[in-house]
Amino acid sequence: MITLRRYSTLATAALAGCAFVAAAAAQSAPPAAHKAAPAAAKSASAGKAEAAKSASAAPAPKFPVTLVKPVGPTKAPRLAGGWIQRWLVLDPISSSGLTQKVVQEEVKKEYFPGQFTTIPKDGDKVTAAHQPLPAAPGAARGTPPQYGDVELTWHAEDTLDYNLNLYHLFFPLKKPTTNVIFYVVTLIDCPQDIPNVRLAIGSNAASVWWLNGEELIGLYNDRQTVQDDGVSKRITLRKGQNILRAAIVNAGGATDFCARFLDEHDKPLHGYTITLNPEK
Amino acid sequence: MAFTLAAMAAATASMAFALDGQITIHDPSTVVFCDGKYYTWGTGGTPLVSDDGWTWRAGTRPLRTGAAPDVIHIGDKYFMYIAGGGPPGPQPPAPSQYRAYITMIWSKSLDPQSPDYKWNDGGVVASSNGLEDSWAIDPGAFLDPTTHRLWLTYGTYVGYIRLVELDPKTGKRLDPNSKPYNLSINGEASDMFYHDGWYYLLQTRGSCCASSNSGYNIRMGRSRKVTGPYLDNDGTDMIEGGGKLLITGDERRIGAGHFGLMDLGQGVYKFSFHWEADLDRGGASVLEIRPLLFRNGWPVAGENFKEGTYEIQSVRTGTSLEMAVEGQPVGGGRGGRGGGGAGRGRGAAGGPPAQAPDAAGRGAQADAGRGAQADAGRGGGRGPGGGGGGMFGGSGTPIPDQQASQVDSNWPAGEVPVRMANYMLQAQQKWTIAPAPNGGGYPGSPYFKITIAGTDRTLAVGPDQELVVLPSFSGAPEQLWRIDEVAEGEWRIVPKSAAGSKEPLALSALGASFATLEKYDPSSEKMRWQIKLP
Repeated sequence: MITLRRYSTLATAALAGCAFVAAAAAQSAPPAAHKAAPAAAKSASAGKAEAAKSASAAPAPKFPVTLVKPVGPTKAPRLAGGWIQRWLVLDPISSSGLTQKVVQEEVKKEYFPGQFTTIPKDGDKVTAAHQPLPAAPGAARGTPPQYGDVELTWHAEDTLDYNLNLYHLFFPLKKPTTNVIFYVVTLIDCPQDIPNVRLAIGSNAASVWWLNGEELIGLYNDRQTVQDDGVSKRITLRKGQNILRAAIVNAGGATDFCARFLDEHDKPLHGYTITLNPEK
Repeated sequence: MAFTLAAMAAATASMAFALDGQITIHDPSTVVFCDGKYYTWGTGGTPLVSDDGWTWRAGTRPLRTGAAPDVIHIGDKYFMYIAGGGPPGPQPPAPSQYRAYITMIWSKSLDPQSPDYKWNDGGVVASSNGLEDSWAIDPGAFLDPTTHRLWLTYGTYVGYIRLVELDPKTGKRLDPNSKPYNLSINGEASDMFYHDGWYYLLQTRGSCCASSNSGYNIRMGRSRKVTGPYLDNDGTDMIEGGGKLLITGDERRIGAGHFGLMDLGQGVYKFSFHWEADLDRGGASVLEIRPLLFRNGWPVAGENFKEGTYEIQSVRTGTSLEMAVEGQPVGGGRGGRGGGGAGRGRGAAGGPPAQAPDAAGRGAQADAGRGAQADAGRGGGRGPGGGGGGMFGGSGTPIPDQQASQVDSNWPAGEVPVRMANYMLQAQQKWTIAPAPNGGGYPGSPYFKITIAGTDRTLAVGPDQELVVLPSFSGAPEQLWRIDEVAEGEWRIVPKSAAGSKEPLALSALGASFATLEKYDPSSEKMRWQIKLP
């Protein structure tokens, strides 16, 4: 049994996928129209009556559920595709662009102590300096933002999909997803050295990726999450835990990312586990 | 006649290169490979040899010479079939000029320096008596890969193109009394090969031996059985005059004849033949090698690579190779939309609508316009061609191509990684591909250097067998590239050397934004590239 997110009432992960589709449809069309579609072959009056009945019984639109809280200490990469589905994600940090120069500068700023070294736990909080503060109540439109220290929270998440949808995570938390950086981290636990593998990622939008502190991939400018968009040079995953970090930078709109490793034959890598618990 | 690469490059920019060196020959035998060298012989025994298939020189005449020989390698023997010679002893007077013999000689090596080089006489394998509807010249040998049976086609315009079976162990006629199969008419210089369930019969049609007045062209039909019938693309039997064109004169060369298949392995096929007249060589008859491609089950004559400035686009991903530097929008661009909210797929399905750049210019391209050309794209719609003005109206004047010299001040001076990106006509995405001076070659082409257009920044293989752009070209093997057409308009790009790799590697679009070098897989689109005019 999976522990579902706070805004979910669904009982199983499988149902979550159905909810995703239903919710997406609900967002693109009024519920009444959506429900009325099967009645199209009936008479117009009967169809209208049924549609009205359906409309009154239609459930309220639900937000897509693609994320759950991790259960168990480790998780294997997804069988189909080898995707890494367990991550720690930090609340967004303000950013100002997607070009190579700007992204490289901004993701390497130290916003809080231990930013590039610590492995946080779910719920850990950090304080980031010089972040835009929420507008004061009653502030006039166009008032320049105020800046100051902001407390940010790490969230442990398992995604049900190949990708982790950051909008799904932060919209319900009323966090911005526009002009922001999302720092994410996970641990890749290998039973032995695995040579000649490559990190393969996709991101919306720009992103920079590090394995054990070494920068492997940088993608820049506006882009969608394409599987294996960015691929690293050949690397060795060392025995034990490997720290995989990324900074996802979004300007506007949807934002998500996906990651996996490819073996020496360019096939999805398995044979390791993903954990958020650092080894002692 | 010596032709240097430099002179050719200057004289024939954006043209295909003919082979280099001594290539004058008529009716060449199928080019074969033996102990590190390529060999062919022509009518009269004209011998040509090459170390790389690109630069040729005169070789050594064989034991017997005659008209239009063909050579095939089976096991430890090279069999040469020649229209010439005959049975030992005196012969009765010929009833016509069309009495002829095809004889065979064989050797275990084609290299005169080898201890195995010794031509042995194999005797007569086919003949015409001067009265029958055949003239036994122009042999073409074919080993059926599905049955391992050896066949010989022969003949010319006098009567039929015929087929007899040989013994693959000895190269001799399997049954001298067997009746030949009649396959075709209206041609000569026949040859056969098998590919993907079809037997192909190729022959040369038209007139020969008249330099630029020669109408030679190579035609073909195909059959599910080696003995025919061979039908062309219209369903016309070649024995009733059918024949689909494979190649005829093009560019500066006239009259194509005497097809010979070159299977280079890894799904790469080429064919050897001769031009009746190379206008750049004063109308001489010369050897040529071209890619052999397939479309809808029919062979297609491919192109050898032509120098020029190009976009290099992955067939698999549709993204293009670029030097990994910050791109500058052509003409300066403008801010653009701030996000990717319109993207499809599950990753984007839950996202909010895209947002316009905010007041601080934080759009996706907001910073890209800050470079040297930042002002060029502003003021959209003010000119007469602006299409009504507004943000989509343009500037009203043509925007010139972006040159490297306009944007390279921000490029790192040293090595720069290579990546792939959507093609946006930017300077770091345009590659000049030109023959590498003194770089050698491969069957049909010289090795090429690949540089960022307008610069000497050179695509190369790094020590980790990954791609890199070096500041300048030195001619090292890791900077030389073999470019073979492997499907229509699709090319395989292979470095001459890949940092000690023991197996040939090819440029591979492993990711949408990442290219590497990997063992070539002919079935994978990752390793096919469209090299397009920018």
